[in-house]
Amino acid sequence: MANPLPAELSPIGRALPHESAFDHVTGRACYTDDQAVRLRGLLHAWPVQSPHAHARIRRIGREEALAQPGVVDLLTGADVPGRNDTSSGTFDEPLLPVQEVFFHGQPVAWVLGESREAARRGAATVPVEYEPMKSLVDLEEAIEAQSWLCGPFRLARGDFPSAWKASPLRAQGSLSVGGQEHFYLETQAALAWEDANGGLIVQSSTQHPSEVQEIIARVLGIPRNLVSVECPRMGGAFGGKEVQGAPYAAIAALGCRRTGRPVRVQLPRVLDMVLTGKRHPFLGKFQVGFTPEGNLLALKVDLYADGGWSLDLSAGVLWRALLHLDNAYWIPAIEAVGFVCRTHKTSQTAFRGFGGPQGVALIEEILTRIAQALDLPPSLVRKRNLYRTGQTTPYGQEVREAQSMRALWDMLHKQACYVEREQEIVKDNQADPHRKRGLAITPVKFGISFTRACLNQAGASVLLYRDGSVQVHHGGTEMGQGLQTKIRQIAAFSLGLPIESIRVMTTRTDQIPNTSPTAASSGCDLNGAAVAEACQRLLERLRPLAAELLTCPAALVRFWDGQVFSEEEMTRTLPFVQLVEEAHLRCIPLFSQGFYRTPGLSFDLETGHGHPFAYFAIGAAVSEVEVDGFTGEYRIRAVDILHDVGRSVNPLIDRGQVEGGFFQGLGWITCEELVWDREGRLRTANASTYKLPSWSELPPRFEVRFFSGSSESSAIGGSKAVGEPPLLLALSVREALKAAIAAFGPGSVDLGFPATPEQVYWAIQRVRRRSAPGRSTPQACSAAGSPP
Amino acid sequence: MSFSLSINGGQRIVKSSEPGETLLEYVRSIGFTGAKEGCAEGECGACSVLWIEEKDENSRLRAIPSCLVPLAAAANREIYTVDALADQGRLCQAQRAIVEEGGSQCGYCTPGFVVSLFAAQSDRKDGSAALEALSGNLCRCTGYRPIRAAAQRLPLLGEDHFLIRRLASPPPRLGPLSWSSGSERFLRPTRLETLWEMAARSPEGRWAAGMTDLSVERNLRFQRSPCWISLEGIPELRRFRDGAQGIEIGAGLSLRELEERLGEIRNPPPGLQEWFPHFASPLIRNRASLGGNLATASPVGDAAPLLLVLDARLVLLSREESREVSLSAFFLGYRKTALRPGELIVSIRIPKPYPSIVRFYKVAKRQSDDITIVSLGAALDLGPARRVRLLRLAFGGVADRPLRLKAAEEALMDQPWELPAIERARLVLQESLSPIDDHRGSAAYRLAVAQNLLEKFHWQTRFLPN
Repeated sequence: MANPLPAELSPIGRALPHESAFDHVTGRACYTDDQAVRLRGLLHAWPVQSPHAHARIRRIGREEALAQPGVVDLLTGADVPGRNDTSSGTFDEPLLPVQEVFFHGQPVAWVLGESREAARRGAATVPVEYEPMKSLVDLEEAIEAQSWLCGPFRLARGDFPSAWKASPLRAQGSLSVGGQEHFYLETQAALAWEDANGGLIVQSSTQHPSEVQEIIARVLGIPRNLVSVECPRMGGAFGGKEVQGAPYAAIAALGCRRTGRPVRVQLPRVLDMVLTGKRHPFLGKFQVGFTPEGNLLALKVDLYADGGWSLDLSAGVLWRALLHLDNAYWIPAIEAVGFVCRTHKTSQTAFRGFGGPQGVALIEEILTRIAQALDLPPSLVRKRNLYRTGQTTPYGQEVREAQSMRALWDMLHKQACYVEREQEIVKDNQADPHRKRGLAITPVKFGISFTRACLNQAGASVLLYRDGSVQVHHGGTEMGQGLQTKIRQIAAFSLGLPIESIRVMTTRTDQIPNTSPTAASSGCDLNGAAVAEACQRLLERLRPLAAELLTCPAALVRFWDGQVFSEEEMTRTLPFVQLVEEAHLRCIPLFSQGFYRTPGLSFDLETGHGHPFAYFAIGAAVSEVEVDGFTGEYRIRAVDILHDVGRSVNPLIDRGQVEGGFFQGLGWITCEELVWDREGRLRTANASTYKLPSWSELPPRFEVRFFSGSSESSAIGGSKAVGEPPLLLALSVREALKAAIAAFGPGSVDLGFPATPEQVYWAIQRVRRRSAPGRSTPQACSAAGSPP
Repeated sequence: MSFSLSINGGQRIVKSSEPGETLLEYVRSIGFTGAKEGCAEGECGACSVLWIEEKDENSRLRAIPSCLVPLAAAANREIYTVDALADQGRLCQAQRAIVEEGGSQCGYCTPGFVVSLFAAQSDRKDGSAALEALSGNLCRCTGYRPIRAAAQRLPLLGEDHFLIRRLASPPPRLGPLSWSSGSERFLRPTRLETLWEMAARSPEGRWAAGMTDLSVERNLRFQRSPCWISLEGIPELRRFRDGAQGIEIGAGLSLRELEERLGEIRNPPPGLQEWFPHFASPLIRNRASLGGNLATASPVGDAAPLLLVLDARLVLLSREESREVSLSAFFLGYRKTALRPGELIVSIRIPKPYPSIVRFYKVAKRQSDDITIVSLGAALDLGPARRVRLLRLAFGGVADRPLRLKAAEEALMDQPWELPAIERARLVLQESLSPIDDHRGSAAYRLAVAQNLLEKFHWQTRFLPN
């Protein structure tokens, strides 16, 4: 991209509103289910669900439902013409189970009806005979039973046993990290109808249209060229639609294929929560050796992820957790082993951070425990352990961002007035026995790239019309993250056209084939680069003609804001549209394609070594909380974030990603609590029992700044991926809570996860008891969660 | 049989509907897909629409969670969805502010925010008041900061929007309605006489007020009552009076109307104004009523603890008689009340003189808009030497019903309002409460917090003048 023109006029780097913002606020933005009203003869689908977490299916009755008024069809495993599987390549996820059900609420059949009410009533009449089987719901029971979906995965550096033995100080413990429901506002949705030529068109709310296409073709036993999948946009996804949109699209497609009528699936919230996978709950057990200064020497970790009933993306999630156990810290000797456990729950899946947050939560927990054991400020212990230049991660990748991280840390420390506030808090805490404040700072270092190397590719096509307007197709999907806005900016910049000339199209498998999911924060890095390349190719075709028309050397031709001119004679311009028309007359093709693959990636799953990430995104956050000792309730008083987004393509959108990511992480660590009962029923399966953070959690002060002194990234225009990393910054709130709890009494803080008011209350009680005279001092607390 | 309603300025005739159909499903089915279903229980606000309500003969704009309105309950209403808010293609101020501040990401919740903001603006609220109006809208993408920025920069609404001009004309009138769709009937009488006749003819009928609770049953648990008898058209349930004996609140007034009425009188009962935000979001308060909240008799209902310590009394009416019962005698067990078949709550009386200190504490997983784990209503008058002259304590979430704790009150009567007395009362609570374990909180936590809330109440009132 060699446009030497004033940066402030560039479409890249401008804080443009979301390209759909006008449609969002007017209600005109169309989501999958919004198109349903336009289809004639639409059928609605409703599942028949298992009342057991684990059971053998004896019989599914057909006739009863079909006799109901308004019921049109019943779909069971026997009706699947192709392969009865919706997994992404592991072949362990029947669309409609025939022999066995694996979690409470699993659909064993779907009823199609003239209305949702008719389908639901029909589903209620389907007799299914089950033979209940033993189920594993609890993660620790699954570990006990060695119920593995995959593992052991190993990550090691140095000689842990000797380093542990040689450590002057040691500690051990464990942390249970909770799962999280995506709670995208738009639940899983799909709409299928037949095209005029024997093919299927499927609208799907998915981050991965190509895989939905693949799975529909697999389930129907037809070639993929008969299936076109389109994702218009999503009402949020967060990883929850990376693979888990496929079953609902497959049901719509199967229903459509059988009945010849359009079929709609949109899960009501409760069904979405009961059926779809979540962020993996984790259990981490650790042994850590450290110096009296708090420096890490040796770390051993056993990591267990609760994968639910099928493998899904759990192997990748576990790997990313292992690869983020270091967060931003140098660990000389480490030995980590991970397993994904099979339990009879929803199949846990991708969720913003993809295992990274769980890994980082563990090391942050460890560092705070070290600090409390040494009676040192946790912020000091953290800083002492930050990577230094030249150091590598446990998997052998050099941390090129080490110096930037330290600079960023110091800058935020200063900007947030950390020292002054900490002193003030200590004073105020002494004055009030029932109300304590806490302050904490935590860093994040997040690896950018899919750990599965072949996913780091993207395709694009750019269609230029004779009036100078442009359509851009690429494989990325819009879920609210602003990808299309950035793509529009990149295309406008690359073609030298005004933003208004560019239209980014909805994502369709019949435009760009074999795409990767929009995930791993890589949507803009990959697709943006592919789009830029397609634009470059197009301009290269036009350049000789422009040179001829401008009578200048081709190398001097510039494209800017819809005008074409020679760099040496900028006043004599040729309107772009005129050039395009002339090109058409001279039979020069006005469309082009682009492709991008991330260079230089390698990772060996056997040795756990390599260079899996293109670069690291870094940031840090300071959070302050105030805790009520009567109830454990708390509020967040202030948050200051300093984050590295490189040279931002769009600062408004990037700020939104940082704030939104942080806030979602905040929910994960505070009020969002998944509760399953012994029978495997999710007790928190709706909006009134599962609480997202709301307005009351928005801190009065919420400052986000971008770090400017960063190392150059290799990504498009020097930008950096921003979707996931900020979520991990919310761990600063958890550490701030611990700091506040520590003000109620002596000793280390044992805080359950998520830190609901109840967990905070029990943590306060534990430290209070230690200060009460005549009571024993508990040394090591197990996983928190129960009353002391 | 049919009824009409107006949507975005167009008159619609409804000739049939699916059982269980909501206003949200209906507006989407006729193409106004701006309103979204996010949760179907009034928690997320994505389905918000505007409608025009009568207040003192004038028109008022209210933001309504349309997922909690059975379609028939919208009969005769005048409704506007987000799709109509851009006046001739020009964004309204709320829309423009959200666009410019980056307040939409995925956009799914955005229509609800626009509607709530617009309603707040039409009430001439700005700044923090406009923010409170958004507390029933959930966003999963933005973290709310840019939406807060949008709300804070909104100017007071001028008269240049067609909907604001519309408010100068009279509101639509709710006529009588008798509607059936499949197995579900919906009756809305507008006179008491007709109400009794309908009830006599349909003994299976269930009273329905704002239906914020019943609609959740209907949407999530698919309860299809054969017959709903709506109380929304009965003027006797919508009265409000402030007299020498106390105030009388019509059981069918929305909490929003009640909040406004209380703001208009001198010396309203203490504790109430601060209580509204604890009760529910503004969207819910635009529909929910005190009568409905008390009649559902939830052990964690948020009206009961406060009204119990205000010593509220209920006026109950049946075709045969009118009687008054004290609220503490009203709750008989888990979701069981003293209401006899065919009887309804007409009004709630709060007697004067009011206690001088009244507080409501609510502990939940989330600070706002969540269901109570434990709540405490407390009323206090101190006499000479700061001895307790009057103390009333009522808890939610610690028993099968909202509970007035007379034993603890008695332990503190005439005692100095000091920590030792509180310690004794804690023991009484310890012995008399037996809360349950559930997904919201453990029994041990509930018990501890119930006691601690009493101590907190003391802590916060220890320096207050008598």
